[in-house]
Order: sequence, then C-alpha cells, then structure tokens
Amino acid sequence: MFKIEPRGYSSRFWSIGSPILALALTILLTGVIFAAMGQPPLIAVYTFLVAPLLEHNGLAALAIKAAPLIIIGVGLSLCYRTNVWNIGAEGQFTLGAIFGGALALAFPDAPAGLLFPAMLVMGMLGGMLWAAIPALLRTRFNANEILTSLMLHYVASLLLVYLVTGPLKDPHGFGFPQSALFSSAATTPIIVPRTGVHLGCALAPVIAALGWLLLNKSVLGFQLRVVGQAPRAARFAGFSENRLIWTAMLISGGLAGLAGIFEVAGPVGQLTTTISPGYGFTAVIVAFLGRINPIGVIFAGLLLALSYLGGDAAQIDLGLPNAVTGIFQGILLFFLLGCDLLILYRVKRVRPAAALAGAAP
Amino acid sequence: MMFFLTSLLVSVIAASTPLMLAATGELIAEKAGVLNLGVEGMMLVGAVTGFVVTHITGSTTLGILAAILAGAGMALIFSVLTLTILANQIATGLALTLFGKGFSSLLGRNYVGIAGPTLPKLDIPGLSTIPFLGPVLFGHDVLIYLSFALLAATAWFLYRTHAGLILRAVGDSHNAAHAIGYPVIRIRYAATLFGGAMAGLAGVYMSLSYSPMWAEDMVAGRGWIALALVVFAAWRPFWLFVGAYLFGGIMYLSLYVQGIGIPVPSALVSALPYLGTIVVLVIISRDRRRIRLNQPASLGKPFHATA
Repeated sequence: MFKIEPRGYSSRFWSIGSPILALALTILLTGVIFAAMGQPPLIAVYTFLVAPLLEHNGLAALAIKAAPLIIIGVGLSLCYRTNVWNIGAEGQFTLGAIFGGALALAFPDAPAGLLFPAMLVMGMLGGMLWAAIPALLRTRFNANEILTSLMLHYVASLLLVYLVTGPLKDPHGFGFPQSALFSSAATTPIIVPRTGVHLGCALAPVIAALGWLLLNKSVLGFQLRVVGQAPRAARFAGFSENRLIWTAMLISGGLAGLAGIFEVAGPVGQLTTTISPGYGFTAVIVAFLGRINPIGVIFAGLLLALSYLGGDAAQIDLGLPNAVTGIFQGILLFFLLGCDLLILYRVKRVRPAAALAGAAP
Repeated sequence: MMFFLTSLLVSVIAASTPLMLAATGELIAEKAGVLNLGVEGMMLVGAVTGFVVTHITGSTTLGILAAILAGAGMALIFSVLTLTILANQIATGLALTLFGKGFSSLLGRNYVGIAGPTLPKLDIPGLSTIPFLGPVLFGHDVLIYLSFALLAATAWFLYRTHAGLILRAVGDSHNAAHAIGYPVIRIRYAATLFGGAMAGLAGVYMSLSYSPMWAEDMVAGRGWIALALVVFAAWRPFWLFVGAYLFGGIMYLSLYVQGIGIPVPSALVSALPYLGTIVVLVIISRDRRRIRLNQPASLGKPFHATA
C-alpha cells in the first residue's frame, strides 16, 4: 500500500521534476496507444516527436507554431497566478484576428509603416474587449469567469463565421468562407527569409521576459500574486481585488488578441473560419506545463508546438488521424497534474505486515 | 396553431433532454463537493461510444450501456486524479474536456457522417394518437422519460434518503463528515462516476436521437451549458428542470428563427444559446447571498484525511 503524506513545504526539485516525469510518462503511454492502433511504437513516437524537427525548415515550423502558444501562455500565467480562470483565450485570439484583420481589409493601400502597427494595436484591443466582458461580469455581477469566458469563445467563432460569409467575404473568392488576402503592407514582416519565421516568433520570448519581470520584479506583479495566493491578506493590505482581476484579464486578453493578429497577418494571410487549431486551449496546457511562469512557458510552448507538427507528420507518414495531437496534449496535462502531487506531498510505502509487527507488544 | 404548438413542444423537449441528463449528473457530483468541468468531454466520448457500439452490434440498448460506461470511465480518470492524487479540479476538468475532444474524434474517425440507427420511439397504442396531449406526452424515446425519472429520483435521493443526507454533508463539510466516520473519498468517487454516467447518457442521446449520427465536436458546448445550469438552479433539482427547458427553448428558438427565413444571419442566431447562458448566469450570480447559501461549501476543495 502507498500512503500520501504532506511535506509541509513545496519541493523545488519536484516543481521542475514533475513536468519532466509527466513528459516521460506521456511519451510512454502515447507509444502504447500507437501500438494499440497497430503502429510499431518506437517508430511512431519517433515520427511524432523527433522527425518533424529534423525536416527541412523543421525548427522554423516549430517557431511559427510556438509563437502564438507562448504569447497566449504568458498572459494566462499572469491570470492563473492571480487565481483568475480565463479559459476563453481562444475567443480573445479570434477577436484579435477579427479586429486587426478588419483594419487590414479596410485599408489595403495604406503604407506598411502605419498599417501594420495599427493592426497590432487593434488586435490587442479586440482581445482586451473580449476579455473585458468576463472581467466586468465577474467583478460587477459575481459571475463565474470560467463559464462566461468559455461561452464567449463560441460566440467569437460564430461571429467570425458570420463575417467571412457576410460583410468581410472576398467578392472574388468563389463563395468560399474567407476574406480577401491581406495586402503586403498588412502582412507580418518575415525576419528569416524563406522560412516563414515572422516578427511574432521573435517577440514571443521578449513578451515572456517582460511577463516574468512584471510578475516577479514589479509592485503590480506582487499584488497579482498576493491576490492569487492569499486573497484575505491582499484585502488587509488594501489591494483592490477588482482592479487586479481587471488587470489580469486585460493583459491576457490583449496578448491572446496580439497572437491572433500575428497569426492571420502571418501564416494564414487572410480571415477564414479555420484560423486556429485550438491555440487558445492548448495555451492553457502551456501555462500549466510552464509552471505558470512566463519563462517556463517558452519551453512548454515549444514542446506543445512540436505536438502539432507531430500530429501532421503522423497523419502524412503513418496515416493516423491528427486527433493524436489532442490526445497527446490531454494525456500530458493529466500526467502533469498527477505528478504535481509530488511537489507538496511525499508518497510513502506502507507495508501492512510490518505495521502489524510494529503494533505487537 | 395546435399543430404548431405540438411540434414546438416536441422540439423543445428534444433540445432540453441532453442538458437535463448531463446537469442531473453534475448536480450529484457538485452536491458531494466535486466540481467536474469535464462534462463536455465526457458527453463527447459517450456520444461516439454509443454510436459506434450501436452501429457494430445493431442494438441501441448495448449502445446506451456502452455510453454510460464510457462516461463513467472518463469520470474515473478525473476521480483518480482529483480525489486520490489531489490534483486541481478546475485544471483536471479542463484536461478531461481537451482529452475527450481528441479521443472522441479518434474513436469516431471512420463513422463521421454515416446515417446511424435511431433510438425507437415508445408508441403506446391509443395514447399517442390523442390530439395534442398524445404527441407531447407520449411517443418519445426511452431516454426522454428516463431524464425525468432520473431527475425525480435524484431529488428524492438527495432530500428524502439518509444516503442523500450523507452525500450533502460530504459536500458541505468534508472534515465534519470524515470526523463522524463517513468515507468521504469513496462517496465522492461514487458521485463523480454517477455524474460521468449521466454525461455519457446525455451524449448518446445526442448521437442516437437528437441528430442520429456522429460528427466531431457535435456536443457543441452543451456540456458547458449543463454546468452553467447547475449554478442557475442554485443546486436545486426542480430549478434544474426549469433551467434545462428554458435553455432547450432558447436552442429551439435559434433553430426556428433560421427555419422560417427571418433575415438574420444564421451564424449570429446560433450564438443565442451561448449569450443566453451568459445573461442567465449574470442574473443568478449577482445575488451573492443566494449563491453562498446554496453552493455546497466544500465545492472544488480537495480533501486529504490527516487522521
């Protein structure tokens, strides 16, 4: 039998060790699942997690997929530190894409030096607007932000469908549900020629560093952490809980919106109904795997970006459905949450026989 | 007019049933103090399992049983993580939904878009042909009657049985319940598994009756709406029924408006149920006192017996 016993402190070793152990267990279980689907497990795991990196431009593809995950994940880390459960980042991402994209479509001939920065600002505003709704409803009406932010994600994707089949539809698009392609002035600058690596990929680690500074080296970050960990202490200290909830929501919404506009102005190039393979939800896993720490988010973002590439590779090379990506991500989060037990508790082995012998006189 | 009213009521019943089934299960789990945000994922896995098993065996009964087991199996993953390994319930529930989305699309990948077997309607000779009352009250499939029976049984269990009293005690104060000697963790396991089984049932209703087929992500947020319903009902069974039918009504309305050709873009009308959920949550939640009085006091808190 095993017994769980509180450590009484949090183990630094396991706070780093837990995600690594979780990853190892996830790879093991993924191999078992591949085997159950009739694939040789070692080759399948190799195809899923290693081969995509060795391909031509594999690292560039990784950076492009990781950028939105890191940018959103940093915002979510701040939010979860504050104990604000924004899980509607997917919707805020969509609104960012809509706001920035609408500007790009309205002024295709504007000079790039003006248009592109304006699009980024609009994208952030769109994400902030969508995050402001759950913030308002939570602070003013006590409504649970988990449910409201999630419901708004459905509304956002329906709004996008409406726009690309209606007002923003490409008149020369043969009836496809998509907007016109953005003009070159409205396209994210490519920083490494012929790879598709765009400005967002370079900004992602910068944003992570700024997020880390904000959270760990500023008064505001301190207040956010206190509200998250000890709301009563925060009240005694005179911190305004509502103001901090607003701050956390607006930062995470703004960053999700920024990721959204980078994505449509970069890899996608237009507004369509399929602008995201679920980045907003995957970023939740990124935030947890990165120990709700902006620096950790960089590594977690790269790993989960790899799971997207792996899903595509498994589909093309092995004929597996790319739902494998979702399963890998879900299992990884399960194992991670399970392994996190080791941070606060130690698992002790209890031998029933020995316990009995000890009890004897 | 009579015909219109009949078809309206029949459609609303169909739209409300999955919400009521899933919310009834979540009610029991939350009454025991467990907040499982994985309802959407459990419904999806239930829907696909029920559809595939029915398709292979040709038996809707086996399909329904398989869906119940699948939902409970998903809830078991959640229970082991949150009750035994003390993981955060919010994050684990979210993981369950993400996993359920991927897992269900993997299981159903060869069944997308295939017209499926439909759950037979229970036609009671004579009764179903009574004008108006006949089609509204009789001639539904078994899951619709089951949804009412299970909600009634749940209400009776919670407030009229000793076991129900213990379950509520565990949800309100796990430390006190533990001190008296009740097995808190075991009771929570049972409640969570029941919640999963009900979500599986709600899912299979979607894939065998509501729209008899399998499509990826076909539950379309109903699991989340069911979670909101439990808050709306302030954890009381009768109001759960009212809420489920209110939301079923809104869902039907959004289909109806599209059907009669009112010139409103269909994508915007489809957003009505989600917006409605937000509005209702706001109206209910603004009364902080009522939420505090009715919400199980230990909801979402992990329990670790120290003695």
